[in-house]
Amino acid sequence: MTKPNQTLETLLQQNYEHGFVTDIESDTLPPGLNADTVRAISAKKNEPEFMLAWRLKAYEHWCQLTEPHWAHLKYTPIDYQAICYYSAPKLKDGPKSLDEVDPKLIETYNKLGIPLKEQEWLAGVAVDAVFDSISVATTFKDKLNDMGIIFCSFSDAVQNHPDLVQQYLGSVVPYTDNFFAALNAAVFSDGSFVYIPPGVRCPMELSTYFRINAKSTGQFERTLIIADKGAYVSYLEGCTAPQRDENQLHAAVVELVALDNAQIKYSTVQNWYPGDENGVGGIYNFVTKRGECRGEHSKISWTQVETGSAITWKYPSVILKGDYSVGEFYSVALTNHHQQADTGTKMVHIGKHTKSTIVSKGISAGFAQNTYRGLVKVLAQADGAHNYTRCDSLLMGTHCGAHTFPYIESKNSRARIEHEASTSKISEDQLFYLAQRGIDTENAVSMIVNGFCKEVMKTLPMEFAVEARKLLGLSLEGSIG
Amino acid sequence: MLIINKLQVSIQNKAILKGIDLKIKPGEVHAIMGPNGSGKSTLANVLSGREEYDITAGTLHYQGVDLAPLTPDERAHLGLFLSFQYPVEIPGVSNLYLLKSALNAKRKHQGLDEIDAIDFLSVVREKMKLLQMDDSYLYRDVNTGFSGGEKKRNEILQLLLLEPSLCILDETDSGLDIDALRIVAKGINLMRNENRSILLITHYQRLLDYIKPDVVHVLSDGKMIAEGDYQLAAVLEAEGYEPFIQKKAGD
Repeated sequence: MTKPNQTLETLLQQNYEHGFVTDIESDTLPPGLNADTVRAISAKKNEPEFMLAWRLKAYEHWCQLTEPHWAHLKYTPIDYQAICYYSAPKLKDGPKSLDEVDPKLIETYNKLGIPLKEQEWLAGVAVDAVFDSISVATTFKDKLNDMGIIFCSFSDAVQNHPDLVQQYLGSVVPYTDNFFAALNAAVFSDGSFVYIPPGVRCPMELSTYFRINAKSTGQFERTLIIADKGAYVSYLEGCTAPQRDENQLHAAVVELVALDNAQIKYSTVQNWYPGDENGVGGIYNFVTKRGECRGEHSKISWTQVETGSAITWKYPSVILKGDYSVGEFYSVALTNHHQQADTGTKMVHIGKHTKSTIVSKGISAGFAQNTYRGLVKVLAQADGAHNYTRCDSLLMGTHCGAHTFPYIESKNSRARIEHEASTSKISEDQLFYLAQRGIDTENAVSMIVNGFCKEVMKTLPMEFAVEARKLLGLSLEGSIG
Repeated sequence: MLIINKLQVSIQNKAILKGIDLKIKPGEVHAIMGPNGSGKSTLANVLSGREEYDITAGTLHYQGVDLAPLTPDERAHLGLFLSFQYPVEIPGVSNLYLLKSALNAKRKHQGLDEIDAIDFLSVVREKMKLLQMDDSYLYRDVNTGFSGGEKKRNEILQLLLLEPSLCILDETDSGLDIDALRIVAKGINLMRNENRSILLITHYQRLLDYIKPDVVHVLSDGKMIAEGDYQLAAVLEAEGYEPFIQKKAGD
């Protein structure tokens, strides 16, 4: 009799779907990091003086820091001198339109299932695709331009909107913030920049796809999104990386600024290469994501579906500075095989009547370790602050682990802080029940897990939710030992 | 036709079924009665392919197909349906989604297209009307927070929707009040036809007052100890299982 467990084992062994390498000539700096590397990156990007000065200060600061090890993660030390800090596909001048983009790049995106052309016409999604370190194609630019919306690569923003960059860069995540933020500030090569002018509601979801291609390349992108007074934007970020034996480092920084009555919704679906079933290879994902509700009645929502990376270290946070501002964090983190995730959020209540909601769903399978780490901090002046936190863990099999570290610091005795947590297992009873109704193990697990994640999935934009469901299907179905 | 031949089953090396023979032809309704721990639910679980049971001897065939190597979902696609004694809760999954997925899994197996949402709703609403269930059932999570009676009614809804050819009802009457029992029995009776086989597993006669079986079997300590027509249930109800067990022991 075919034991369902055997089926599960086979499902567990599924290969990484995006594990292909694109053979493109690239312009790459030799490995290693010193002040000259930083200068070279800045020079290659033809940056103004303030950028170079900022990078060098960040580099000097980074040199004084040591890598943090407080997270519930185990990994072999990263040799920062063995990493190559800049790799760009060779292009004669920048592409003016999609037609000028190297067809091989387009093919890569097609393999990833994001045909730019189709998206352009069908989905109404403007995509700024980051391929290794420089942005190769930006769609829908003109339409957005007419509304005064700036959506471009970070490099373009530095060239064309230096005032905005200088005003906001590092204002939410300063280079002094942490080890990886300092490293990113020194060497980041590209990323996305969004500015929504006052009162403008961005009419489409803005989207970026990140992909790490070149071998031994660290990807250090930086995203800066500013929603001016009364503006609204929904931003989607998706990530994949090819399959390689060695570990690749991804240390990104995302800064969000919401002014009075502005709203930013930031959604991520992350499926970086997680390593093979023995834990070899995979992306080290050390990311600093933070939003600041700078104005009154502003709102920032983070939604993330994390299925990839060997190591995830990520705490999308909201600083609730403006009175009546709202911060939200909805997360699904799935770990399988030997993946480790230490993820969660920080909600810092500074303004009066600020409100935050945290819903975290962790799923562990195989030998994976999944940790929720959250901080809810209420300052003395934050009268009427209110936080609601819910952390649920779902375990599949007996070798994985789920951990929850909720930190609460309240200096205001009238703040309302609620915390709920649960841990459950997919039961044989549930699987048998669904199988008896003719639903195979693969679909049954997917159904149970999607049910578990429902609260988070429904916060994702429509087209992303479909993709996220598919991803959960690929990554976690049948992971019962 | 279901043919069980000299079936022996154990769980963790403990023998539960000790040589069972049973034949159910299309159109027949059989009832298996017996005291607690006699192996009734084990038989239901083994038929539907639950994995922790070991078949140590004997065979199970349905429509000429050997069931032993088949997974539970493969057996379901052959037309076998188990109404659970304790229906399982699945939080976050709406009943609507489960019903539709189950129906589509069946249709896919039959080489049919998925049913579209509007057709599905009209089909399922028609069945719900028969069982006096309101629309809210569709949008609640599967069995989550359902009362015992609601769970059983939900099982029968799935039965009506999936139209299996072999229905195994494990203690469907337990936890039902008399009104609910009538409604559930009406649902099951609607399913009776010349092509469908029904196996009722129950402690009590009262279900059999509403669904009249063609054959009643008495199971005790893993063996069939008596067989008769509908009248046997009444005798059991009056005298209990003990005289039958004694008599068998004396044979």
